[in-house]
Amino acid sequence: MSPMNFRQRFYLVEVLAGLGLTAAHFFRNMGRHTARALGRKGTSGAVTIQYPEERRPYSPRLRSLHRLVRREDGSPRCVACMMCETVCPAHCIYIVADEHPNPEIEKVPRRFDIDLGKCVFCGYCVEACPEDAIRMDTGILEFSSYSRGGMIYTKEMLLSLEPADVSGRPRSPIPLPADRRA
Amino acid sequence: MLIDLGIAFGRVAFVMLFVLNVAALLGWVERKQSAIMQDRIGANRASIFGIRALGLFHPLADTLKMLTKEDFRPAGADRLLFDLAPAVSVFFALVAFASIPFGDTLQVAGRVVPLQAVTLNVGVLYVFAMLSLGVYGVMMAGWSSANNYALLGGQRAAALMISAEIAIGASIMGVVMIHGSLNLMDIVRGQGHLLWGWLPAWGIITQPLAFILFVTAGIAATKRIPFDTPEGESEIIGYFVEYSGMKFGMFLMTDMVETIVLAGLSTSLFLGGWQIPYLFAEGFKFPWGAGIALPPLLVTLLQVGAFVGKVAVVIFVLMLIRWTLPRFRYDQAMRLGWLGLFPLAIANIVVTGLVLAAWGNG
Repeated sequence: MSPMNFRQRFYLVEVLAGLGLTAAHFFRNMGRHTARALGRKGTSGAVTIQYPEERRPYSPRLRSLHRLVRREDGSPRCVACMMCETVCPAHCIYIVADEHPNPEIEKVPRRFDIDLGKCVFCGYCVEACPEDAIRMDTGILEFSSYSRGGMIYTKEMLLSLEPADVSGRPRSPIPLPADRRA
Repeated sequence: MLIDLGIAFGRVAFVMLFVLNVAALLGWVERKQSAIMQDRIGANRASIFGIRALGLFHPLADTLKMLTKEDFRPAGADRLLFDLAPAVSVFFALVAFASIPFGDTLQVAGRVVPLQAVTLNVGVLYVFAMLSLGVYGVMMAGWSSANNYALLGGQRAAALMISAEIAIGASIMGVVMIHGSLNLMDIVRGQGHLLWGWLPAWGIITQPLAFILFVTAGIAATKRIPFDTPEGESEIIGYFVEYSGMKFGMFLMTDMVETIVLAGLSTSLFLGGWQIPYLFAEGFKFPWGAGIALPPLLVTLLQVGAFVGKVAVVIFVLMLIRWTLPRFRYDQAMRLGWLGLFPLAIANIVVTGLVLAAWGNG
């Protein structure tokens, strides 16, 4: 940085320039706010996104909360092949297999738990699945719990989820873990 | 007797309610103004029955929060001084506004009532005395906390405020010399004159240098950014580290009240107080001859409105400065106070004296 010249060291001129800049921002934004309050369309006076009500658009490739894809009869498409459980680097998937009544289908999961407290959202489970039975396209990012147990999502919870709509908005409500149900 | 008492009470009540309410509102103004300056929206979530009112309930929510928080006192703290310090701070800031006039005179029940809480011959000195006494609150807070960081913060605050107050005192001497009075009401009346028949003789026109010095030193004396080394909330810890709950809130309130006092004072000394250009007791009289006659009550209301409006504008500018400039380092602030503001203020006094002597009208 070059040394300051006299005008800059005198301070007052530079201060006034700075005040002019911030004041210009203030009056420009104030004008835009007023125009919007009067119902006129125009640029917003702020770059703020009012988060829970407004969201930034999510990328279609976003990896969000998992869901288990259903067959047409509503049973899980998963055949409990343990591929995802094996590939998972965080060891957060826990599957217990069961016989499927239909002899055409090998197995069906009796339990399919994902511990989201451990999950790193790498998406390997989705890539590993030979049946396209697990996807991460719900668009749900807000899941929280008061306990570690509450972060474990069971088969039923994962089966109930719908994929996000075209704009990336979640279509199904976030399944509330047991310890957050009032 | 009863009427006199009522009038005295009314004068004090107006000032107190004005200062306290505006102080409460300033927290909101500060948040919203800074937000709009920075392309943000600002606090808008506090609501009563779903009504958000642009976040106007946030001061209320803040106050409730502070009142219900734990009132913590460190083990080694001096009980009496520790409890007294915020009260001292806020008290002297509040009473400082008393001699600032917010209007000319009002006829009530056959009496001529000057519109200021207290009519004082030494109004200017009184305000500065009260603002200087605020240093004690700060030093008491720093010293009684039994915390070395608080002590250092209190020391920084005391040094900064004293050096700034000397510059303030010197910078307004020019105004006092022009009007030949320390009574703020006289000073404001004097600014109603017209120079060359058209230019209002406001302090900012007769004493432009003094105005800049006064505002700069005033911001330093109220310890606000860019002179907030004593507080330095985010990193260097100030004199009120050990305070919590409403006691901390009182220090914040002191800040706001001092801003209002500074705004009121610069309005009275440099921006013509309650004067509106070309508005006299009988109505408007323009230099080109035209005029509008107005009833006295309307004139008074206009004047009070002008005072409040000017104070609001000054507060806006003060907030603008606060949210624009980065903080001075401690040594920079001291150098500015002693080697910048003070000599310039003295030079201003000398030049003013020479001009007055040359003009020969005192």
